[in-house]
Amino acid sequence: MLRYIIRRVLGVPFLLLGVASVAFLLAQSTKGDPLSALVPERMMNNTEIVAAVKAQWGLDQPLPVRYGIYMKNLVQGDMGTSFNTRRPVARDIADRLPATLELVFAAMMIGTAVGVGIGLLSARFRHTLFDNGARGFALLGSSLPIFWSGLIMLYIFSVQLKWTPGTGRLDARTAPPEGVTGFYTVDALLAGDWPLFVQAASHLTLPALVLGWSVIGIVARLVRSSLLEALGQDYVRTARAKGASERIVLINHALRNALIPVLTVLGFTFAYLITGAVLTEAIFSWPGIGSYAVSAARSLDYPAIGGVTIVGATAFLLANLVTDIAYAWANPRIKVSG
Amino acid sequence: MSVASATAPSGPGSAARLWSVLARLPLTGQIGVAILVFWAITVVSVQLWPIADPLMMAGRRLQPPGGDHWLGTDALGRDVLSRTLHGAAYTIPVAVMVVVSAVVIGSALGAIAGYFGGWWDSVIMRTADVTLSFPPILLAMTVAATLGPGLPNAGLAMIVVWWPIYARLMRAQVLEVRTREHVEAAVAGGAGRWRVLIVHILPLCWTPTLINATMDFGQVALLAASLSFIGLGAVPPSPEWGSMIAEGAAKFYSWWIAFGPGMAILSVVLATSFLGDGLRDVFDRRGGR
Repeated sequence: MLRYIIRRVLGVPFLLLGVASVAFLLAQSTKGDPLSALVPERMMNNTEIVAAVKAQWGLDQPLPVRYGIYMKNLVQGDMGTSFNTRRPVARDIADRLPATLELVFAAMMIGTAVGVGIGLLSARFRHTLFDNGARGFALLGSSLPIFWSGLIMLYIFSVQLKWTPGTGRLDARTAPPEGVTGFYTVDALLAGDWPLFVQAASHLTLPALVLGWSVIGIVARLVRSSLLEALGQDYVRTARAKGASERIVLINHALRNALIPVLTVLGFTFAYLITGAVLTEAIFSWPGIGSYAVSAARSLDYPAIGGVTIVGATAFLLANLVTDIAYAWANPRIKVSG
Repeated sequence: MSVASATAPSGPGSAARLWSVLARLPLTGQIGVAILVFWAITVVSVQLWPIADPLMMAGRRLQPPGGDHWLGTDALGRDVLSRTLHGAAYTIPVAVMVVVSAVVIGSALGAIAGYFGGWWDSVIMRTADVTLSFPPILLAMTVAATLGPGLPNAGLAMIVVWWPIYARLMRAQVLEVRTREHVEAAVAGGAGRWRVLIVHILPLCWTPTLINATMDFGQVALLAASLSFIGLGAVPPSPEWGSMIAEGAAKFYSWWIAFGPGMAILSVVLATSFLGDGLRDVFDRRGGR
């Protein structure tokens, strides 16, 4: 067990090295001139700046040397300059990351809460109309193209019903709250600004629902099956024999044990949500790294795409690592090999 | 596990076996087959259908669904229903090509890794590990952006994303099957290494791959549409589903532009997940007997 964890943790730096190398090779094989990615257009005539940038990135050097320089810059947090924003990619990403994390965490809370609820009721009323309906609802969530369901929901709830505001994190011309977390809802609460919190939360609701819906199925299916397994155990029969009501049996006895595998799957849903966030952000004009990546891809802004890919892969790797370790910890019987 | 009886049918009688598998699918699985057959027929014959030209103006612009245009018209007055049906001929062939290529490449590499082991195993599986470290959509976006926009390039990018899954599956299968007695017998009988792998091991390894490939087909179609939506797949004026939804997003108040292609993607994803679940039921039950 310990050996498994150590081996997995030691593997992460190598995987990250591989990820960065792939990003480097992809950036190298683009047809464009890398110099144009690093030097703003109006400075191209300035030979001093061009020479300095060439030296900094070693553009006159052979490939292996360039690779070394790229890695050195990367370790220092330098991912180059975006074509679009003309700013360092690392700073762009740092500015936009909180928006993505706020969306992903909100979606994760919705997906988990609704998923556990549906899983619980499906296990209680299994093979009934509710069970089948709930399974259909969950399946729909994971099958809908998120860039389409987001559009349709925006049309229904924002345009027709006017229940939710439009796109973005805040209404137009509203100043974001000052704060450390970068989560507008949390920062508004910390600042004690209740109206701003309501506004930020109402902007967050619809994209978080759309994104969260996509993982309800994963959670609900797991809760249902592990509850059904727990309900067949001896301690549940004992509880029933003592005369505990079905509700008590289900919630106090079975659910407690059934939730362990759910905790372990959260890391997996997080990884899944990172992917979904890219498209959700594009539809809801959510100023996170997902919409940044989409606009970068549309305009072939290679440094920006590369930067987001490295950051996304790092988050993905860590989430998978935590999931696998939690899974091995919660199920000591599984054979950890390969 | 009687994996042997569940290998891909071939030779005489395969139509009958295919039919018997279909007959034993649950209702949802059969619905899935029906939907996929509908789209397959559409792909090959849509050019001949008496419907509006998907690239030409067919009526007034931005007309809501009704009489002449069941799913309305888009910003250029093109018939959305016709474009949705023609869109199948973009998304579905790409998804088929991606799944087939990823299965062939991934399975070949996975079989080599599992059977020959050692250096081959390390190189192939570490490459797979690194590839699987990327969130799929980000890797596909990066590769597609590097290759340049276009549906064939998006397809290549998706093969890069998908092959490691099949490599892992096939490697695990080969590792399991290579220890069986009939393989040892073949080796003892003096069969060459490639012969053992191809004749004695691989035929027993296909079931999980086929079921997974079925389930993945919808996800691949979804990713293809996502890439087109972002602008890295099919280029206008192609009536590809993802790029149609992007056009719908630009003309947000005319919801019907995106409705048809969205439903089309949903139907493909649901159909393959129904069929995949059904196939797993059929083969698992067989294995349990």
